[in-house]
Amino acid sequence: MNRAARVHNPTAVFAIMLLVLVATVAASLCIGSGALSLDRLFATLSGHGTSKENLVLFSIRMPRLAVTLLAGMALALSGAILQSLTRNDLADPGVIGINAGAGAAISAFFLFFPFDPQTFAYALPLVAFGGALATAFLLYLFSYSRATGLQPVKLVLVGVGFALALSGLMIVLISSADYRKVDFIAKWLAGNIWGTDWPFVWALLPWLVVLLPYTLYKSSALNLLAMDETVAVGTGVSVNRDRLLLLGVAVALAAAAVSVTGGIAFVGLMAPHIAKAIVGRRHQSSVPLAMLMGGWLLLLADTVGRNLVEPAGIPAGIMVALIGGPYFLYLLLKKSP
Amino acid sequence: MGGSRRPKFLVLGIVASVAALAVMFSLAMLLGAKEISLRELWLVLAGGGGSDDTIAMLREIRYPRETAAVLVGAALAVAGAIMQGLTRNPLADPGLLGLTAGANAALALAVAVLPGLNYFGITLVCFAGAALGMFLVLGIGALKKGGLSPFRIVLAGSAVSAFLYAVADGIGLLFKTSKDMTMWTSGGLIGTTWGQVQALGPVIAGSLLAAAALSRPLTILSLNEEAAVGLGLRTATVKTILYILIILLAGAAVALVGNMAFVGLMIPHMVRARFGTDYRAVIPMSAVWGATFMLLADTLGRTMYAPFETPVVAIIAVLGLPFFLFVVRKGVKSLS
Repeated sequence: MNRAARVHNPTAVFAIMLLVLVATVAASLCIGSGALSLDRLFATLSGHGTSKENLVLFSIRMPRLAVTLLAGMALALSGAILQSLTRNDLADPGVIGINAGAGAAISAFFLFFPFDPQTFAYALPLVAFGGALATAFLLYLFSYSRATGLQPVKLVLVGVGFALALSGLMIVLISSADYRKVDFIAKWLAGNIWGTDWPFVWALLPWLVVLLPYTLYKSSALNLLAMDETVAVGTGVSVNRDRLLLLGVAVALAAAAVSVTGGIAFVGLMAPHIAKAIVGRRHQSSVPLAMLMGGWLLLLADTVGRNLVEPAGIPAGIMVALIGGPYFLYLLLKKSP
Repeated sequence: MGGSRRPKFLVLGIVASVAALAVMFSLAMLLGAKEISLRELWLVLAGGGGSDDTIAMLREIRYPRETAAVLVGAALAVAGAIMQGLTRNPLADPGLLGLTAGANAALALAVAVLPGLNYFGITLVCFAGAALGMFLVLGIGALKKGGLSPFRIVLAGSAVSAFLYAVADGIGLLFKTSKDMTMWTSGGLIGTTWGQVQALGPVIAGSLLAAAALSRPLTILSLNEEAAVGLGLRTATVKTILYILIILLAGAAVALVGNMAFVGLMIPHMVRARFGTDYRAVIPMSAVWGATFMLLADTLGRTMYAPFETPVVAIIAVLGLPFFLFVVRKGVKSLS
């Protein structure tokens, strides 16, 4: 199979992807209960909207859009790093249980603190990071053996087990609490984007602003790590240190994203994979494209889901799973040796 | 290995297991949000007089509920045991290979589209859904030349399950029937009535007996398919019947309690460690141990934060993980 021939020019692909993204953003801002027409959208954006239009746009739709985009990007970035580190196309923070670890930590947090997500917007990503990091550590521990190293399939399998059990743990923890919290966890598990206010945007943004450039800076190390351990060592990559650091970055990104969006799997699986198929495996171009793709996918899922059923909508996590499940199967069949 | 155990130990093990089940059943009846005395329990079980509230409560709420726990635990454990034998996959489990998710999705559709469906109809729908889920997963496994490895089958199962659960959730939200669905799926054994037990009890009991009757051919099949043919076994017929039994058992379990992973995985492995790999022992003992385990989990769920209930699904998921990890770690040598 001649891969190199099918790789497209990254610049052109980026231009197209940006256009698609902007169009989706505009559509997402316009559509919904209390619809805005396109020209009213521009009028409101330039400061000529009625107070109702201002409310809908700036207090309801914009923060939700920003959170969705950022979370999608973070998940895609996390998935891209995980797939390269484990040399496994099936890796995804949701599938391997890192999201559930973050969720369990958040549940435990709400058990001991008054239930008020707004106040804790900035603490949530940190709490989630703690839980996700602990889970990642356990995953590594259980899927690593001295004789064979880190086995990709085993990692995913152990992760599936962890995801099941930690979702269960979340319910056990929360069912000792009052019913509002139970409701919250049920929605969280379904992947409902709940942090739809500006504080959540500000809580999520710094993580991405810091960690994205770092990942890009590490692109060449990722290129080598994704190939073969011996190659990476031979070219002078300090394999263990870089792997641990990048693993930490991936976990942090996933944790930050799911702390405001709930358990969303498969975005981190699909986005990097599609990106690699289009622009090739060089991380310098595939990582940024994967990020755009991830933001776009989640935004699309949320926009469609939000408008499919009145008034509550279908959680983005469900929409993503409807597309992602079959995609995962496709990868499983195509890639298995 | 286990086959060489002396018969005395075997008998002892069986007696101890049945005794443990009886003790656990009594405990499950005794413990709960409302404490009761042994005398009252005896009155209920013996069916003798007594008409006060406690006894009515026991007879109408706890008794059917714990009976259902016994049935479901036995059904899931035996379904898991048969699956593991047939697919020679140590990780086979109705929850992991898409059966419960399929039954769940079918249930969601039935609740949304045919709201007037009676209990019998719902059960049939669950069977159909379980069959669909299983064939999806095993079919996808068969698409690959040479078949997928046991590990990858589980991954395919998790993807199919994720998809089917999303379908179920989506249907629930679209038709605004999520509430009714939750009642079925995450309610566990809450509110199980005699009507439900009477409708599904015979199905489960019959399937269990049939499974026990087929345990000898299953043992041969689980070892080697060629040997089974050589011994004059009609493998196609036996396999078809066994697959139907799996569907009946898993479907009935979902109709009674909703989604449940890990029971079918754990119990048969524990039983094999104690009684060996002969399915003539594995099937009946899986039923007994599965029932005991389910009673334990349900009692924990009822008493941990009484008077509130912790969903039994969640408890089992947490208890099941260490076990799952153990099987993955052990199985990787021979089956990767």
